[in-house]
Parts: sequence; C-alpha cells; structure tokens
Amino acid sequence: MSNVTMTVNGKSVSRDVPDTTLLSDFLREDLRLTGTHVGCDTSQCGACVVHVDGRAIKACTALAVSLDGSDVTTIEGIANGADLHPMQTAFKAHHGLQCGFCTPGMIMAGIDMVNRYQAEGKALTAEAIRHELEGNICRCTGYHNIVKAIEDAAGAMSGMAKAAE
Amino acid sequence: MYETKYHKAGSVADAVAALAGADEGKVLSGGQTLLPTMKQHLAAPTDLVDVRGIDGMQGVTVGDGSITIGAATLHADVADNAEVRQHIPGLAALAGGIGDPAVRAMGTIGGSIANNDPAADYPSAVLGLGATVITDKREIAADDFFDGMFATTLDEGEIITAVRFPVPQRSGYAKFPNPASRYAMVGVFVAETGGSVRVAVTGAGADGVYRDDGLEAALGSDFSEGAVDGVAVAADGMLSDIHASAEYRAHLVSVMAKRAVANAG
Amino acid sequence: MSEGIGARVARKEDKRFITGKGKYTDDIRMENQAYAAFVRSPHAHAKVKGIDASAAEAMDGVVAVLNGHELTGDGIGNIICGWAVSSKDGSPMNMGAWSALATEKVRYVGDAVAVVIADSQALARLAAEAVEVDYEELPAVAFADKALASGAPEIHHNAPGNLIYDWEIGEEAATDTAIAGAAHVTELEVTNNRLSPNPMEPRSAVATYDAAEEHYTLYTTSQNPHVARLVLSAFYNVAPEHKLRVIAPDVGGGFGSKIYIYPEEITCLWASMKTGRSVKWTSDRSEAFMTDAHGRDHITTAKMGFDADGKIVGFKVDTIANFGAYMSLFSSAVPTYLYATLLSGQYNISNVHCNVRAVYTNTVPVDAYRGAGRPEACYLIERVLETAARELGVDPGDLRRKNFIQSFPHETPVIMTYDAGDFDGNLDKALAAADMAGFPARKAEAASRGKLRGIGYSCYIEACGIAPSAAVGSLGAGVGLWESAEVRVNPVGTIEILTGSHSHGQGHETTFAQVVAERFGLSIDNVSIVHGDTDKVQFGMGTYGSRSGAVGLSAIVKAMDKVEAKVKKIAAHTLEASEDDIVIEGGEVKVAGTDKAMGWHEVGLAAYTGHNLPDGMEPGLKEGAFYDPVNFTFPSGTYIAEVEVDPDTGVTEVVQFTAADDFGTIINPMIVEGQVHGGVAQGIGQAMLEQVVYDEDGQLITGSYMDYTMPRATDVPFYTIEHNTTVCPNNPLGIKGCGEAGAIGAPPAVINAITDAIGTNDLQMPATPQAVWSALQTVKTPMAAE
Repeated sequence: MSNVTMTVNGKSVSRDVPDTTLLSDFLREDLRLTGTHVGCDTSQCGACVVHVDGRAIKACTALAVSLDGSDVTTIEGIANGADLHPMQTAFKAHHGLQCGFCTPGMIMAGIDMVNRYQAEGKALTAEAIRHELEGNICRCTGYHNIVKAIEDAAGAMSGMAKAAE
Repeated sequence: MYETKYHKAGSVADAVAALAGADEGKVLSGGQTLLPTMKQHLAAPTDLVDVRGIDGMQGVTVGDGSITIGAATLHADVADNAEVRQHIPGLAALAGGIGDPAVRAMGTIGGSIANNDPAADYPSAVLGLGATVITDKREIAADDFFDGMFATTLDEGEIITAVRFPVPQRSGYAKFPNPASRYAMVGVFVAETGGSVRVAVTGAGADGVYRDDGLEAALGSDFSEGAVDGVAVAADGMLSDIHASAEYRAHLVSVMAKRAVANAG
Repeated sequence: MSEGIGARVARKEDKRFITGKGKYTDDIRMENQAYAAFVRSPHAHAKVKGIDASAAEAMDGVVAVLNGHELTGDGIGNIICGWAVSSKDGSPMNMGAWSALATEKVRYVGDAVAVVIADSQALARLAAEAVEVDYEELPAVAFADKALASGAPEIHHNAPGNLIYDWEIGEEAATDTAIAGAAHVTELEVTNNRLSPNPMEPRSAVATYDAAEEHYTLYTTSQNPHVARLVLSAFYNVAPEHKLRVIAPDVGGGFGSKIYIYPEEITCLWASMKTGRSVKWTSDRSEAFMTDAHGRDHITTAKMGFDADGKIVGFKVDTIANFGAYMSLFSSAVPTYLYATLLSGQYNISNVHCNVRAVYTNTVPVDAYRGAGRPEACYLIERVLETAARELGVDPGDLRRKNFIQSFPHETPVIMTYDAGDFDGNLDKALAAADMAGFPARKAEAASRGKLRGIGYSCYIEACGIAPSAAVGSLGAGVGLWESAEVRVNPVGTIEILTGSHSHGQGHETTFAQVVAERFGLSIDNVSIVHGDTDKVQFGMGTYGSRSGAVGLSAIVKAMDKVEAKVKKIAAHTLEASEDDIVIEGGEVKVAGTDKAMGWHEVGLAAYTGHNLPDGMEPGLKEGAFYDPVNFTFPSGTYIAEVEVDPDTGVTEVVQFTAADDFGTIINPMIVEGQVHGGVAQGIGQAMLEQVVYDEDGQLITGSYMDYTMPRATDVPFYTIEHNTTVCPNNPLGIKGCGEAGAIGAPPAVINAITDAIGTNDLQMPATPQAVWSALQTVKTPMAAE
C-alpha cells in the first residue's frame, strides 16, 4: 500500500491504495469517477484516456502510485460548470456518439490533439484527426461523425484560445 | 496483477540499490509494455523501480557529432525535439510513429530497448544508427546490446541511463504496422553514418532486430531505392503468424527498405 | 426547428454520456459487494476429473469457490437454444447439454468449471488461478468441415457426427433441373469469416439476493432484460419471474452479443444466493473474446444458372455453419430462417434451394451478430452475381437490373413475401452519388500513382422486425416477436413512454420522443422514454434485428391511438362538441373550425381529477398496447465501394463508400445515417480486417486487440449516404429498420471492389494486406497496369 495524492479535476485527493492500483481503478473505484471507462486490457481501445499534467495518457496503463503529485483531468472535469467544453458540444451536435462507452476517451483524446496541433500551429485536417485517433476505438459510429466533431471543435477551441489572449 | 512493491528512485544509485534489494525487481519506465504484461499475469516482478523521476534521465543533449537521449525520455518528446528532427530525422519520425499519442506520452526509449520486443520500433534505430547504450556501469555498442527476442546483454540489475546516437549524414525509417496491434510487423531503419550504411530490421526476424548485410552492401554502394531491387531478402529466419507469413515479411522488408531510403533525410 | 418525424434532432441522452455521467453496469456498486472470477478451461476439449479449490478457499478474503455440481445440485437448469429447427428428415435438432459451470466435460477454451467469489476483483482473479482442475485432454476440432468428417472427435454424445441438424428450404429437384438447363452456370465457394461482435463495453453483471424477500435483482448488460428474466426464470430456475428484477441500465453497444443469457449472469445470481453477498462480474476484453458469442462462420458452395438472356433460372446453395461448442439462444435460427430465406436477394428467381448443416466444434458458441444470417446471404448472392457478370462479360449493374423484382408484393421460393421496394431506384441513386461516370478517370489517375483502383456493388435486401409471432412460432421460435408499449400522460401533460425496446446506442430516448411529440403537438422535452427495467416496464421483447422502429414504435403508436381516443372523448365532453370534431395540434385540443380549445395539460388534469368526465369513463390517462407485426419488413439498398490497392504491399484503402438505402419512413435522419456509418464500418471490418482465428486444436489465436483487428479511424472513409424511400405498407409509421443494413451490404461491395482492382476473383474475407498481396502474386498482369 502507498499513499497517493493527486489533484483530480481541480480538487486535491488522497488515498491509500495497493501499489498495483491502475490509474483507471483509482479513478473509478477509489474516487468513484466512473466516466473513465475500461474497454480492453492491452492498451488499444482508449476508452480510459485522461489528461495527466496536460497530456493524454491511457489510465489503464499507468500505476496510480507512479503519478503521485500529478494533476489529472477526467471527462467529469472538462466542463466549466454548466458550460460544456466545445469538444463535448461538438460531439453532441455532430452525433459523434452512440452507445457512449468510448466517448469519454474520444473527447479527452480530441481535446489533447487539438491542443497539441494548435500549440505547434499545425492544421488539424480530417486525415490528421484519423491518424491521431490511432489509439481510440469506436464500434458504433464508423468514426465519420467523430472526425467531424473534432474538426468542428478545433475551430471553436481556436476561437476560445484567441479570445483568451 | 500480482502483488508488487513500488519504489520511486531519486537517483541512479537509488534505483540500483532498490533493484539489488529486490527478489525479482524490474525497472518501471513508461510501463506501456510492462504493465499490460503484468495485468495479464505474464510478468510478476516483486518490485518495480520507477526511474522517471531521476535527474538527468530525461531529455535530449546535443554533443559533438552525437545526440544523447536520456533513457526516461518520452517518445513524444523525442518526436517533437527540434535537434533530433534536424539532425536525425529518421529517429524523430520513428518516435512519432510508435503506438498512439497516449502511448507516446508515457513510453520511453530506455524501456523500449531494454525490453527488446521483436515488434518494437526503437531497437531498429539504435542498431541502424550504431548507437551506444549507456548504463549505470558501462557503455555498450548497439551491435553488442541486442541478444535475441526479448533479450539484451544487460546484466541483472543494470540500468540504462541514456542512449547516444551518432549524427548520420542521412537516416530514414519505414514501418508496416501489424493491422491489429499496430506494432511493427516490419520496420526498416536505414542510416548513412560516417560514410557507411547500416540497415536494421525490426518486427520481422525470429531473433528480434537484426542488420541486413545484403541491403547494407547494396545501399552502401548506391543509396537509392533502385539498389534495393537487386537484393534478395530471404524468408528463412523470419517470423510467421496469422498476419504475415515469413515470405510476406521478407517481401515487406524490401518494400519498407525502399520507403525508408525514400524517407531518408 | 421541427422536432417531429424527419427532423435532425440532437440526442436527448447525449448529455450524460459526454459528461461522464452515463450509468453502465460496471459503474454500479452495491453495499456488501463481492466479485466473481471464473475458473476457465485452457483446453478446447477435456474431461473434468476433479477440482481442488482448497488453496483458493484458504486465501484471506475469498468468500467461496463454487462448482457445477453444486450449481446443478441446486436445480439451476441447462442453458438452452430457444428456437427449434428440425432436420429435413423430420428429426429434432440435437441440442447438447450446456451447464453454466461445466461438470463432466469442457468443450471450448474458456468454458467455465468453477467460480471464485472474493472481496475484491483482483483477489478473485488470483484465487481463480489457485484453483487446480484435473483435466484429461481429449482430441478437439475447431473447424466445421473437419467436425463433420468421419473420425472427428465427438463433442456431445447426443449429436452423432457433431451434426446439430441437416435442414433445407426450397425445391431441390426443380432447382437442379433449372441449373442443368442453364446457358451459363456460375459456381463459387465462399467462407464467411468468424467475427467477434466487440461492443466497447464488456459484459458485466451485478446480482443481489434479498433473503428476506426471496427476491433477486440483476443489473446486466442486456439488449432485452425481459427476455433475460423469462429465460433465467423458466429455464434456468433461478427464481420465479415476480421474484427476479432485471435491469439493463446504460449499455455500451450490443450488436447481438448482449441478447443472450450467458453462464456468468446465471452464476452471479446463484452465487449471490449462496454467499449472501451482492456478486459482481465484469469481463475484461480477453474474457470477452473467449466467451461472448461469435458471429458468422459459414462455409458455402453455390451454383447459379442463367439463361441465354442473362436471367437467373436457379440458385443452389450448400452451407455448413459452425455453431461452436453449445447451442446459444437463437443460434439455430441464424443460418436457417435469417439466412436461407433471404437467398432470393433482390432478384426474381423461380428456383432456389439451400441445404444447411449446423455443426458443433470446440469453439465459443456462435449466434446472431449484427445482421445475423442476412450478411451471409447477401455476401453470397452479391459475390455470385458479380462473378457471373465478369464471366459473362456484362456490366454488373445491368445484370442485376435485368433480374430485379419489379412488382410487389413478391413471393420468393424461400418463403418470404417482399412488401415494397424500388431496387432500380436504389441503384440509380447510388450510381449517381458514386459518380460512376468518373470512375475510369479516377482509375487512370490512381494508376499514375501506382495504385490499383477498383469498384464494386452490392444490392442488398434484408428482413427486419422478424414476425408475426404466429408465423415464427410455426417455424420453431420459443417466443413471440411482438413489442409492448405504455403511454402515461401525467396530470400536468408531460408524457412517459414505457417501451419494451432497449436502447444501447440507438437513440430511442430521442427518436421515440420525436414520434410522440409530433403526435400530440408537444416538445420532445416533455416526453421521456423509460426502458430497461423489468420492474418499471411491462413485458417486452427488447432490441435486436433492427426491430425497435418497425415493431417497438408501432406498439407506441397503437397505445397513442388509445390515448388520443380518450383525450378526444374528454375534450368533446368538456367543450361540448362532437368527438369527431376534436383535433390535437400545437399543444392544444381543439374543436375544429372554432376557437374552442383546451390546453393539452388541461386534458391531463381533467383525466386525473376526474371531476368532470363523461359518464362511465375511468379516471386517468394511461394506455398500453402490444403490437404484433403482420410481416417482416424489407429494407433494401445499393452500396458501392471504391478501393485503391497498393500492389507493393497489398494494403487496400476504401477511398469512397456510397450507400443508397430504402429504410421506409425515417424519424431522425442524423441517427439513421449514424446507424449506416457504424454498420458499414463493421462491414468493412468483416471484409478487410476482422477474423476470429482458432488453431487446429481449438486454441484461440485472436484473444485480444493485439491480434483481432478492429476498424480504426484510418481504416474507413467518410461515407456518402442517400435515401430512396418506399414506405413499408405493413406498419403504422411505414418504417423498415436501419440498424443492420450497413453490416449486411458492405462486405460484398468491398470484396467486389478489391477483386475488380486486383484482377482475380480468388479472394476470401478478410482481405488483409497479406491476403491481397498473395492474391496479386497469382495475377500476372493486374488490370490497372495494362
């Protein structure tokens, strides 16, 4: 057992957990943040993607104890109060989800890719979005509307970034 | 996962001591291969020694004719590093194509080569560039480092701290991903360094990463896609599975070699 | 913006999913919850000689280790197939015994022999490894044709030769005669590759036994909670139906695999009674590959005869269907009534005969997966048609057109009566949208880049809304295939719809609300859909076979008819008008042509106060209905795939995909198109990527995403979707169904396109890079390089 202290969605949390506890289990079982999903056991599906210190990682392939002191954002933490994040809004507007199970990981991966491309000043084309979704599997949507949603959100996030400047 | 004890090492000496004190200790770096293996009960280290917090194990250092990459440097950070992109574009491209973005934000170069997965990308760059693996106690030439599938010449408890790459005249990488796992089914790294050409192949060989003598000879005298056509790549010694027969892999080695040459910069 | 039928309304249910607030089974945690882990056979076929659980039982935190003898000893019944299909000689199908926990024998890798209940999931899994099972290995067989061969290992003693049934449909002699007299005969052997459905949410169950009430509650990942309760009660003897509540909360995709009641749910219920703990089990992906019912897996030979004019004169089909180690719930119906009955396709054929042998093997049970039988039929017909067009040297579109059924109703030689369709119209729309005229230029441009470009069609027809109940009953179904609905108008006028359909991604909370809101002139915000809980909703049949629109919504319409009638009576009484003059529109109940009106909510209030109702009228405003269809529905369409092959590697890219579908009435085009996108992606997956692989000894090779190729974003294109609507004449809204079409129509279009590109027809699914490259090695001069 080790003590793990993190900032999750802006709040400091601390728990004693077995060293083998995966971040996905820590979030789901210890913090009861069940929006982060687990869809495979070999790190391919991406339903568990969260942000750790500003980068998207697979929560099923990281030990909670190794991320002691980190700043973690999950799907539950991206809306600003009642205002949804533009990526959330775009997924709804474009019907980018059906069963909803892969959706949290898709949204977290989507936000991460837009942030990275915008930081580098690169255009996030539809082709690039598909390539960036290498580690996120959806069985329902055939990806069409997910790609459209991320394209749309990228525009909105760019506007948001400009407004903040 | 079987029970294990986690240690966060503050220094290389710390890590070495923790490994020495463990029954069956393992270095935890990015964990992108180790943790899935542990989850499936295929590995059961008693202790995990996390080296990511060690000062000096992360980052890229440019030297005289070489670039040294800390063992705990993330794939994403190698891919995005301006010096690596400028001086060893083949290496930057390789790092930027490992796994997926989330894997690249956790996985490290040291972890990849220490594991020597036959389908990993990095071993081909280390071997293809004739890099030097730096450990807590010595330097190991790439040609002496890889020792067959999932095996290296690292001693028990020896820790990779960095990898030093000579800056080549040109380098390129081309990968044919396994359709399912997206690991390299065939990956070919070509580099011309100090006037000589090395060609390293990953994903294909039954003994893990290897240098292809025939391709090296051909590209050594004529560094062009056309030169690859004259080289017969034998199916003997190639891996064979449901995704690719030995014959198909041998064929892909030729095709990827050409594409690596075309990509070389 | 309109929210009614035909409007692209964003989904009401999305908010919880995009904010991480969906409630899936694994998100549920009960007080006093323990965890189950199953002890599974590593052998494909073995005798179980003994189980030593002592080491596991001694572990701190292990609650119990339970085995199959205890389970059957407590009277838990065997798992059954619910559809009786007889052989052509009249003998009943040979159904072997399937216990939730195997007792004497294991028959596939993953067959459970015991369960560990422990305080944590991690501990349960460790303890399961500590259970020692003494197996005596037996020879195993994984492939259906080998299982039929003489000397093959016998899997069930009551199925000699591993044969479950030998069934036929159509007139064999007449078909033989027609083909013998044909001017041209096309022969083809095809395999339909075995698939794993792979909803992204793995299966899960949380079972709780309340000893004081002798009552069970099961949260589970089900497409049909009432059917689950019925089967758990009537066949597995877990508890009488009124003592068993089954809740299917948010379910993360099903695609058929969550229709069935598996050993794990049964065991969790029983174990919760045995241990006095809530028992939770959640599959991981590896376990899902080993235990979720697989789909497809046919080996077929076919002959199609044509007259000199290119008209089809006969179609003869011989299929071997791999059922795996046990007969799953609807397994028997899939390669018979859902497959062979569609073998006339969109074509006017006088003679069709199909023989099907269903076979046991030492593999995971096989059952319905998205499309279920219809993809196998469509793939066969459309591959044969395309092959014939190439052999005859005619345009594949023209050959199809020449044989299209032109008038309806049309009775096929394989017992279907197609009710409506416009097959020429589908093809016309698809050809236009795919820009067929521009194909030669695109092909030439691709060739200049060293790529082989090909194009392929598929004209699919399927049967949805499987019914009527009396008809399926006469064919052996153990259940009726109607649907139920209840419409509850609240005193303030808002509406709850209780439906027997179950949404696991289909968007019922939105589309059903659209239909109700339009009917009564309300906003969809005032309508909520209740489903998935046997304590809340009247008995219903659930969601599969693209039935929720055609059957589930029809039940809602019937219930709304009754509500409307009562509303009109109340309004007529209150407004002192004739019922015939009352109209409902814009949130009001009015007397036509006057300014006399009541608000919709005022009618609700009147109904519930009961202060002023017509003489003899009961208070309240709540009506139920059961709808039993009079026929299947028949969605149809034309799909066109365009591919580019890299001849150096065999890598194939689907560069264009065009779908022109006839789904009948469309409630929400955005959602319908989403269904097509997902179905087509699964069809492209079957055609190019996916295959469950067993070795000769029955070991599962594709046990994770490391080896089973799921379609990813880079594997599929943007899709072009067209609609060519003919209304279904047999249900009140004219709906045909849209959930499975993509998975049915896409595979043959893709394979026809690839074989067009590479210049050889000798290619089976999945057309992986290796398969395409190997096929290319047999072709001296690929077409595009000419």
